[in-house]
Amino acid sequence: MCGIVGLFLKTAELEPDLGRLTALMLHEMASRGPDSAGFAVYGPVRDVERISALSRSGTTDWAAVERGLAAALGTGVGIEVLSDHAFLSVGEAGAEARRWIIENAPDVCVLGVGRAIEICKGVGDPDAVAGRLRLADRAGSHAIAHTRMATESAVTTEGSHPFSTGADTCLVHNGSLSNHNRLRQSLRRQGESFQTENDSEVAAGYLAWRMREGDGVDVALEGALRDFDGFFTLAVGSRDGFAVLRDPIACKPAVIAETDDWVAMASEFRAIAGLPGVAHATIWEPAPARVYSWRRAA
Amino acid sequence: MTVLLANTVLDLGVLDRRAVNSALQTAEQGSFRMLNPGGGHALACGLRTPVEVTIDGHVGYYCGGMNEHATVTVQGTAGTGVAENMMSGEVRVRGDASQSAGASGHGGLLVIEGDAAARCGVSMKGIDIVVGGSVGHMSAFMAQAGRMVVLGDAGADLGDSIYEARLYIRGAVASLGADCVEKPVGDTHLAELADLLARAGLHADPAEFRRYGSARQLYHFNVDNVGAY
Repeated sequence: MCGIVGLFLKTAELEPDLGRLTALMLHEMASRGPDSAGFAVYGPVRDVERISALSRSGTTDWAAVERGLAAALGTGVGIEVLSDHAFLSVGEAGAEARRWIIENAPDVCVLGVGRAIEICKGVGDPDAVAGRLRLADRAGSHAIAHTRMATESAVTTEGSHPFSTGADTCLVHNGSLSNHNRLRQSLRRQGESFQTENDSEVAAGYLAWRMREGDGVDVALEGALRDFDGFFTLAVGSRDGFAVLRDPIACKPAVIAETDDWVAMASEFRAIAGLPGVAHATIWEPAPARVYSWRRAA
Repeated sequence: MTVLLANTVLDLGVLDRRAVNSALQTAEQGSFRMLNPGGGHALACGLRTPVEVTIDGHVGYYCGGMNEHATVTVQGTAGTGVAENMMSGEVRVRGDASQSAGASGHGGLLVIEGDAAARCGVSMKGIDIVVGGSVGHMSAFMAQAGRMVVLGDAGADLGDSIYEARLYIRGAVASLGADCVEKPVGDTHLAELADLLARAGLHADPAEFRRYGSARQLYHFNVDNVGAY
């Protein structure tokens, strides 16, 4: 099953409320995915790249990770710890820092990297995960979130969504991909690295690869329609954009609502019902195999 | 169990959804107005008397399911499976409906004034469905009986594996499913179209519709294939 939600603000007035509104949406989708939950919030664009990291054991020595990373990068590393997560500021060295952690800190899972994105995830009741990781307190321009009912891999924090492998890009996925093993192999040859056996991480790696090759989100998603075999409703975030795509037979549900102030997407309308101004929203079901995308004016 | 008085306003922002459904199922007659549906599932389900229920807002899955005799109007959009398994009565959606609208319906009239998504009328068994807009792919999949009228277009694989339902489409059909073919429109068809449009309260010229139905090649045993068994 799984529940997914996305909220993309078109105006700055609601930005302080982004986390609170996303938490409301996530709460409504808890019954679709009670196993685990996660969210990505796009906050103000920072001068430095920042890594969202998770301690697999819950007992990672973050100071040691910080020291090792600083020595490897030859630069200062800032760190902020929140529950079993840490956010590491790494200057311009996001990709290098990600690679170093994956290769040298096996107890740490890199959830995302970028100048705007922060990703958090956890096992258990979605409201508890959101509370522990302070979703409601977060401000920003857009967010996507996921409640998971695991089918393709185990119930673990690492297997929770959103998945990101490229800078400031992430996705949440409702469905299952049949060709993820073959696709993972070919993406590894293209230089992508993966941290789980999860099919949705492969989808994120695919988008990261296409965007590194110069595709915009829209073009990368058109490619996904050709190359993904399986069921998928995807919500995708990029630094200044938001996109939605359903597979050609529209196996998994989705509804979109839009007002002058925001665009919201969810597995079911009830996740959108509590948003401000929803009574005047344009509401529609996204058509199969059609890319819907929005971009913030610079 | 509470017995509802006619003309009651039922605010789902305050009342429990199951209690509201249970109470409506005991009502003998009258009009009821449901407020703040909030996309909730299974609203106004299993009604068996000629009550009228108007829902002010958007509903989730299976609204008006299993309906018998009641008239349910949704002043908004509807989620998956609106009026699924309807036996009689009328369900009307003022906005769009998600997939599998009218699924497996045995009777009654389902009117969707906007668009219906994929698999509208899947396995319909006698229900009449009138859609003011367009229907998505695989609509009338395995349809067995009843009529479907679409004022707009139909998505791919219309009427795949259809048995005996009659499909009337005014706009373009992306493609026909297995064993679904276009058929001539006679006077009896024009008359039933005019009747269905009038009952749905939608305006269109019956002469603009084309009719589709079963070629009856899939579900009749062909003696030439006896060697295959």
